[in-house]
Order: sequence, then C-alpha cells, then structure tokens
Amino acid sequence: MNRLRLLPLAVLLAAPAMAQQSTPTPQPTVAVPADAPAEEGLTGEVSDDSDWQDLGIAIPAFATNADVPTATSAGSTAALGTSLAQIITANLKSNGLFKPVGPETLPRPAYEEVRAPAYQTWSGRSAEMLVQGFVRPGEGNQLLVGCYLYDVALKQQLASAAWQVAPTDWRRAAHKCADLVYARLSGENPFFDSRIAYIAETGPKDRRMKRLAIMDSDGANHRYLTTGQTIALTPRYSPDYKSILYLSYFNGQPRIYIYDLERNSQRLLLQTSNPLFAPRWSPDGKWVLYSMASGGNTDIYKMPSSGGAAVRLTDAPGIDIGGSFSPDGKRIVFESDRSGSQQVYVMNIDGTDQRRISFFGGRSATPEWSPRGDQIAFTHIAGNLRIAVMDPSGKGMRYLTDSWQDEAPTWAPNGRIVQFFRTARGSGKASLWQVDLTGRNERRLPTPVDGSDPAWGPLRP
Amino acid sequence: MTDKRISVAAVLAVSLVLGACAGKAPKTLPPDPGGAVSTAATDGGSTGPVPGSQADFVAQMMGQDSIYFDTDRFNIDSADMAALQAQATWLARYPAKRATIEGHADERGTREYNLALGERRANAAKNYMVSLGIDAARLNTISYGKERPVALGSDEASWAKNRRAVTVTID
Repeated sequence: MNRLRLLPLAVLLAAPAMAQQSTPTPQPTVAVPADAPAEEGLTGEVSDDSDWQDLGIAIPAFATNADVPTATSAGSTAALGTSLAQIITANLKSNGLFKPVGPETLPRPAYEEVRAPAYQTWSGRSAEMLVQGFVRPGEGNQLLVGCYLYDVALKQQLASAAWQVAPTDWRRAAHKCADLVYARLSGENPFFDSRIAYIAETGPKDRRMKRLAIMDSDGANHRYLTTGQTIALTPRYSPDYKSILYLSYFNGQPRIYIYDLERNSQRLLLQTSNPLFAPRWSPDGKWVLYSMASGGNTDIYKMPSSGGAAVRLTDAPGIDIGGSFSPDGKRIVFESDRSGSQQVYVMNIDGTDQRRISFFGGRSATPEWSPRGDQIAFTHIAGNLRIAVMDPSGKGMRYLTDSWQDEAPTWAPNGRIVQFFRTARGSGKASLWQVDLTGRNERRLPTPVDGSDPAWGPLRP
Repeated sequence: MTDKRISVAAVLAVSLVLGACAGKAPKTLPPDPGGAVSTAATDGGSTGPVPGSQADFVAQMMGQDSIYFDTDRFNIDSADMAALQAQATWLARYPAKRATIEGHADERGTREYNLALGERRANAAKNYMVSLGIDAARLNTISYGKERPVALGSDEASWAKNRRAVTVTID
C-alpha cells in the first residue's frame, strides 16, 4: 500500500494553468432529438447518457520526451503511452457513455503538441473531444503521467492533471485520466480508479469452489486471496482498501473473517459458536454490521471494527439480515421477513424507528444504499430475481435488469452504476454484470472464471 | 493403527455395497420418505454396515435422513415428523453418537437470506429431535444456504429436493 503513492502535481510544465478550470459546461455537439424525454422526467436523478453516446473522443497514444525503459509491465515509455491511451479508451467505452476512438487508428502527437493540440487534425477526424497526455520518468523510480482534455470545436482546454505513480501502479494513472474526462464531461463524480472484491467460482453445480478474489474496476490486477478449500462468500472492501470482510466456512461453520491485505492474514471478526452472515462496513470504516443466527433466529448487530462490544439492533422473530449504512452514517437499510416474506426496512443506527419501505408485491432483498444517498438498490423477487432501485422512502421503484436471476447489487463509488451477479438457469453458472441507472447500458465484467457477490470499493485514496 | 486400518477397510467395504445398491435406484428421485421402519441392524452376516456408523444410519433411514420444506418455510410437517422420529430412534440406540443437521435452500432466493433460512430449517429439525428426547448437545446445525444443491436442475422438482435438512451422524 505504501508504494501506491499517487501524487497530484499542481505545478507541472508551468505555462497553461493546470488547475481544472471552471469553464462553461461543454455542450454536446449533437442536436437533442425532438423526441427526447422532458427534463422533469429525469430530474437529474438519472444520468441520462443519450446526449453523450455520439460524442466522439479521440484518445491518441500519450507522448513521451524520450523513449526509455520503465519498470512497468507495459514496457518503455513509448509503449506505455500507447497502453495508457488504450486503457482510457476502454474505460470510457465500456460504460456506454461515450464513443471514444483509441490510439490504434490515430496519429501520435509529438511531446510538444500535448499542450498545444493540432486542432485542425482532430476536427478533420470528426472528434469533438480530444484527450492527450504524456508519460516520462519521474522522481526516483516513478513515472510522471499528464492528462489533458480539450474541446476541439472550442479549441479550448477543459481539464488537466498529472500524477506521479510507482511503476506497479501505472494503470492507475490511466484510470485517473479517464476519471478526469468522465467527471468533466458528465458532471458526475469519478469512479474508474477503484477496485472490486468478488467470489470466483469453478466446478460442478453441487460442489462449486468459491474463492475470494480482487481486481481493478476494469478487471486488471486480478488476484485470488483464498485457495478454495473452504467456501468463501459475500466480501466487502473496507473504505480504506486495507482489509476485506467476508464469510468463510474455515473451521466448518460460516463465520465472518477480516482479511488483512497488507499482511495477507485473516482473523475472526468475532469469537462465537453461532453462525455469522452478511458483513458490512460503515462508510467511515469504524463500524461493522453483521447478522448472527441463534436458535434459527437471525438478527443484525453492530460492533466497532477495531473490536469491542456488539450492540444488537433488531429483535424481531425471524430473519433480519444484510444491513447497509446510508452515506451519512445515520440510517441503516436492511431486509427482514418479519412480515412473512423478505422486505426492505430502514432504521436509525441505534436500531430505533424500524419501518418497512418496500411495498411492491413479491419479495425485496439485499438492499444497498447508494454512496450518493439518493437511491437504494435491491433484488426484487417475483418469480425471477431482478435488480431494482427505489428512493430511501420506498418510492420511485424501477427495474434495472430483466433476466432469470440477478441479485446482490453493489454501487459504483459515484452511485451511477450498479454491479450484480447473474446466475444461469440450469448450469447455475454465475457471472458479474453491471448496469447504469438508465438500465440501458448493461455489460458483463470480464473475469478469469465464473464470478458472484461483487463488492465495489470506493474511489481509491 | 491396526484398529484404524480395519475400520477403514470396513467402511470401504460398506460404501462399495451401498454404492452398488444406490446405483439401482433412479438417481433423480429421493427415496420415498414414507413407510420406512427401522429394523435391527444385526440381521444377516458381517457384510452390512457397522452398526452405529454413519453408513448404518444412512442405510437404516432409507431416505429419512433428509426432510423437505416448502418455499421459504421451515415448519416440520407430518412426513418430517416421521423421518425425525426414525432419526431420533436411531440416535437413542447409539447414545454416544453425535450428529450434524445441515440446512439447505433452493437456488431461487438471495444468497445471504438463504444462509439464514438454511440455519432456521436445521434448527427446526434439531428442536423437534430435542422434543423427542435427544440431548441438544448431541446435535449441531450448519447452514449451506443455496451453495450445496443435491438436485441440479432449475425446476420445481429439483428445488423441492434442495429445500432440505439432512442429518449426518459423526463417526
């Protein structure tokens, strides 16, 4: 973790102001269709990407002042410049928001052009936006990566930043640049520079091997954390990315463990002979929610993540499970079958004022509060299992997916995309998917083997 | 050392016999839970399961080592009662034996809820056996939720077989 130093450099290359300017919001250069939905229909709650889908963004290879070897997996600085542009292109393309064109088909700007784009070249290629950058050796063993976003029609720089990264972290510079472009053009918060914990699955349906695994938001830097000798389920990254809470059958019973990513060791969250399920962090990482079964009755508890006395938050007969904190840390959304079937409830963090918010017919399960606070994603069960969202009062329910079995939503750091897992009828094979809040941009995440229980961490510190 | 080798050999012999028997039954159907009656374990020669072993338990139960539940339910119905009675009778005969009751759910529910539901089902089975006089300290429960199906289809018949609590005695 110590080597993951990512330094935003305020001053660099002098000349044009590097700070992200407060230029007017760039207007999409495509005309808004006459049949476009009325503004009030969306009220800003949904990032409607229809305006952006045709926005051409040219992302040529990043320039370098001298092609020198690097300690990265990508090779020399010149090769790295191409890889960086490819990653940025893939990031922006994969989310369906933009129509980026990558370095393969574009001329590579000279180092001097990075801050003084050849606008006529790019307007001639029908690019509305241009992302240029450079990569060169930084201090010590580090690399310095600069990123610039230009509006080609306005001939204006919209944003820029530079980062010093360790060679092992070179991909993060690309994610940071993609985040800069995404945030500037969409007005939303960034999310590419983040990681995902999930359960990697292999083997036959009745004896699936389930291993804890982690990867970057684009699937790179994939790593298995457990061997699969015991079942691992339901991971959650800590907000500081230093540890992962998850359920393991290590020693026979399902219990919650804290996996320490710095020491590659793990410990029991709590010494008890009772089964423990559904671990969750509070947004500040100071508290852990979990569910404990006792005599067939399951309730939700809260305890300090550093250890200490647990507080029981629910005592209704039946199954209370799967709490999720609101981003301000004041409320908890959870599921309970106290009414006879799984439904979604909210309560204060001391367990008071428990009230049901899901009244849609069918069952409602696995609620997860958006990091923005405005939505709760959940699994709606009425025959099929589908991912849906509602606001925190239970209003405005909308489906985001329509498949045989989608469950366990987890939010992107910016609250604009939901990941979940999809199980195939028959084979039982599970895969990771994501969908944005419009429900239109759905795609499968690449994983080396089958995957379930995705848990999207916050923006990396 | 010698004892262990002998018992391993015995278990192997038993499982070979059982395997042969199981092969004749239709694989997709669980044995009918009704009507089975425990019989003395000592009939026949020396080739049967070792009395009091898990293999003996499975052989004696004739399918009644598992009980089945309706969707989202955990109540013990009359067929379950008969099966648990048979299990309790066997456990009463071997008072040194302990058992684990494994609770399961079908695949058509969310993962975490199904873990809790499996635990609830295993506990319902345990509580009934305790009511029949089995010492609670002899019975452990564990839930596998929907993670360990026994029937592999995605259809009502498979799901019905997977909503179960299975008693496994500890050798």
